Amino acid sequence: MLSAYFIHLLILIGIYIILALALQLALGYSGILNLGHIAFYGLGAYTSALLALSGWPFLLCFLAGGAVAMGSAFLLSLITSKIKGDYLALVTMGFCFVIYSLMLNLDELTRGPLGLPGIPRPTIFGFSFSDNFSYLILVTIIAGLVYLIIKRITDSPFGKLLEAVRDNELAAKILGKDTFKVKTFSLALSAFFAGLAGSLYAHYITFIDPSSFSLMQIIPIASIVIVGGLASLPGTVLATVVLTLIPEALRFVGFPSSILGPMRQIIYALVLLLILIYRPKGFFGKVELE
Amino acid sequence: MLTIKNLKAGYFSGPDILHDVDIEVRPGEIVSLIGPNGAGKSTVLRSIFGQTDIRAGSIKFIETELVGLPTHSLINLGISFVPQGRQIFGTMTVHENLEMGAFTQKDKNLIKQNIEGIFKRFPILREKSNQNASNLSGGQQQILAIARALMQNPKLLLMDEPSLGLSPKAMHEIFEVIQEINKEGVMILIVEQNARAAVEISNRTYLLEMGKVALEGGSDILKDEKVKKIYFGRD
Repeated sequence: MLSAYFIHLLILIGIYIILALALQLALGYSGILNLGHIAFYGLGAYTSALLALSGWPFLLCFLAGGAVAMGSAFLLSLITSKIKGDYLALVTMGFCFVIYSLMLNLDELTRGPLGLPGIPRPTIFGFSFSDNFSYLILVTIIAGLVYLIIKRITDSPFGKLLEAVRDNELAAKILGKDTFKVKTFSLALSAFFAGLAGSLYAHYITFIDPSSFSLMQIIPIASIVIVGGLASLPGTVLATVVLTLIPEALRFVGFPSSILGPMRQIIYALVLLLILIYRPKGFFGKVELE
Repeated sequence: MLTIKNLKAGYFSGPDILHDVDIEVRPGEIVSLIGPNGAGKSTVLRSIFGQTDIRAGSIKFIETELVGLPTHSLINLGISFVPQGRQIFGTMTVHENLEMGAFTQKDKNLIKQNIEGIFKRFPILREKSNQNASNLSGGQQQILAIARALMQNPKLLLMDEPSLGLSPKAMHEIFEVIQEINKEGVMILIVEQNARAAVEISNRTYLLEMGKVALEGGSDILKDEKVKKIYFGRD
């Protein structure tokens, strides 16, 4: 049997894979420089947790988490229809701050910094995923499905269209495509999957507070997307595993915990730097980072 | 036929770039727009494609008013654009780039036929069909950009600086291609730095200066004293 610690890591990796694949769809394939991805993750987590605490069944909470994130992405897309690149990055960052502030200050709904404890573990059709091993299986199945769906989309003619918009939006417009619609769809779908990942996180840890969804949380996810390579799904999975496991290995070196935290940041920075210098397209990426 | 009347346009909150421009492209014509840098040549093309802020005037294609139409809808009217600097999709193969030109075409057999037609006309594209477009030479990329626009069987082809960054030989080839396309009945409006080459293949030429049409004429326009003064800086 796998050790409990290892199962815990695999579950986190599974959730991160979903979150990173979702960002890959918006950032890697469609070129939407979205730094507010964590807001979608948080919206999914809070929606799902609040509904579950008021007695909704897991599957509905799970899908509602995705749907709320998706709806917010749709609004964000409307607001940002005229901007792109660095400016879009700034606005999406702002979006992340707004959602974070809402979590922190809508006391009556979210209990603010106290967080939401006692989120129930999922039960689907009478089967309870209360132990971690069964939860790992659930996460693996969902991550696998998300992978297949995103692969299906990006392999299709529509996926080519996404890449066309990323490579040259004006050219895509001139060739007769409403690129706003295309980008909105991509961002909304990306948010939906991020919301699902948030829901899985909330029901796994069973406690959430705003600190898990601050802007800084985008750094490991964006690192995964860049290290794995833009527009590469296998690269994303590999990078998630590598970047989650490398800092974990430090635990066994025996550093005191005061060094451990900063050490992780240093390792992320180091991996990112090495990749950018020696493999600017990431593990299996097709597109160079601009 | 394309009729631009009293066009006044700029970008966002900036000043007017074009003041009162009248331009016409009649059936079967090649028309070129020449003029010094900053005269507003590219702005005329971008206005047709809804990429500028149009403050007054009208742009009509056959019977349809283009002002206010979104960029992506012009293709359905039969207007294609070969943008400045080629703007091909570098991470895609030559074949995929051509398929991108058929976005709006649903009939797969017709797309195949069109691609076959393009390959016949430009054998170099067939040869390189599975290579990444970014690996082509400048002249080949320009041919690809034109071919991509032709995938839509346009009635009117707008070209922004097709000779930009090309060797004289490649430029000569491109201009021959433009004439061939025109002979098949496609109207062409071309914006060009290389005034002499553009005027030679055009039926009519407009000289733009400071956002206004300064002169209109046939192939003898280059001999005009005004052109020499405005364009070549000679008295």
